[in-house]
Amino acid sequence: MSIAVLRDYLPLFARSALLTVRLGALGILLAVLVGVLCSAAQYFRLPVLQQLSAVYIELSRNTPLLVQLFFLYYGLPKLGIRTDPAVCGVAGLAFLGGSYMAEAFRSGLEAVDRVQLESALSLGLTNAQAMGSVILPQALSISMPALVANVIFLLKETSVFSAVSLMDLMFTAKDLIGLHYNTVESLTLLVVFYLLILLPISILGSLVERRLRYAGSGT
Amino acid sequence: MTKPLLTVEGLVKRYGEHTVLNGLDLTVREGEVVVIVGPSGCGKSTLLRCINALEPIQSGAVRLEVAPISRESRDLPALRQKVGMVFQSYELFPHLTVLDNVTLAPRKAQKRPRAEAEREALALLERVGLADRARDYPRQLSGGQKQRVAIVRALVMHPQVLLFDEVTAALDPEMVREVLDVLLDLARQGRTMLIVTIEMNFARAVADRVIFLDGGTIVEEAPPEEFFDHPKTPRAQKFLNTFTFDAVKRPHPSSLADPTT
Ligand SMILES: Nc1ncnc2c1ncn2[C@@H]1O[C@H](COP(=O)(O)OP(=O)(O)OP(=O)(O)O)[C@@H](O)[C@H]1O
Ligand SMILES: [Mg+2]
Repeated sequence: MSIAVLRDYLPLFARSALLTVRLGALGILLAVLVGVLCSAAQYFRLPVLQQLSAVYIELSRNTPLLVQLFFLYYGLPKLGIRTDPAVCGVAGLAFLGGSYMAEAFRSGLEAVDRVQLESALSLGLTNAQAMGSVILPQALSISMPALVANVIFLLKETSVFSAVSLMDLMFTAKDLIGLHYNTVESLTLLVVFYLLILLPISILGSLVERRLRYAGSGT
Repeated sequence: MTKPLLTVEGLVKRYGEHTVLNGLDLTVREGEVVVIVGPSGCGKSTLLRCINALEPIQSGAVRLEVAPISRESRDLPALRQKVGMVFQSYELFPHLTVLDNVTLAPRKAQKRPRAEAEREALALLERVGLADRARDYPRQLSGGQKQRVAIVRALVMHPQVLLFDEVTAALDPEMVREVLDVLLDLARQGRTMLIVTIEMNFARAVADRVIFLDGGTIVEEAPPEEFFDHPKTPRAQKFLNTFTFDAVKRPHPSSLADPTT
């Protein structure tokens, strides 16, 4: 392994790591939003929306991200919708992640007994107050491990972004290997940068989980 | 006689094809303690839940003084503040301390200042002997303590009427008394209460009126002495018999040995 090559490649990997993080964060944020809306539709048994979100969840969970990305990247222009790679990447991640987030929220909500909601309502809290102060704090602390796992899963999934010519970490590694055959250096940097992104999230996640566990659970 | 506070009129509640309450009428007057008894599954919990509009009803009306309590009431949260409810399973909020459990609704729903809500909460906790547990989480309390907190949580809202649904049914026998004592104390203060219970001796002591619910309606309604000592309907007699063992009592050994019997 050549230190000089590593040093040369470092800025390239750093730049693509930034792209991975930026698009990943945006996609995950949108995925959380989609997840909240879908799980709310299911929790409150909203007519039509409940069925729609069920269909979406099956569709999203049972197709690979790569296929979803191809659909967005090559399919949408055929329908006259112009899409650039970054938008495709974020939209694809949100589409895939939305269902995983929805399932994480749903399992948390379902774990909180409905009598808790009734108990809050019987005190005269509004639906919104009962959700905000009683149900969601409990549901979130139950969902937290699944949510953290989803964030990590989705960030790893960004590695298929290169397929729609986004210059993410994977793209850079493949590109450099193809150009200069510095396979060892490229792969080393690839692994190091993924770890740099994912390890802090993993550690932060378990810290948050532990904190929540202290405060919550056990009636 | 005091004025009617809570009125239930022609209440019909069905779950699908199953009619649980079939045109039930009930009036609770101010300061009155009404105890509801009846066989398992006769709809006691359902009645309390309908009074608080936690369940949609098919027909009839519930009124607090003159205000209708229904799922369509625009001011349902404000009405529910005036109807306190205590559940069999306590339903304390596990992620909040005892004090926060008690002050959550006064602060959020009644917009009372934290300091004032906490002062009253602590005074009420003191009264049920739990002031020193204010900073604990529910999981650190015994069942009886949890239920006393749940009662305080209802009281701090200054409800006009209190609904209790078998609040001692989930408790170990040695904790039943401490909770019933709180209810007796509330009765002495002149609170209006609607109590579902299977503690017949307690019912006799606390009730101004006992209601026997069966088959979706009120079958018998009487002062406690009359109801327990001289039930009029066969259904009430049969129900009360399930609480005694006289009919199956074995003869005393000495009488067995007596050759003349
Ligand atoms: N959510 C529900 N869906 C369908 N049926 C229900 C539901 N809740 C209650 N029931 C039925 O309604 C009837 C009355 O139930 P309820 O819980 O009010 O009885 P109860 O008098 O409180 O009984 P218990 O003494 O066992 O608490 C029962 O037959 C029960 O099976
Ligand atoms: Mg019941």
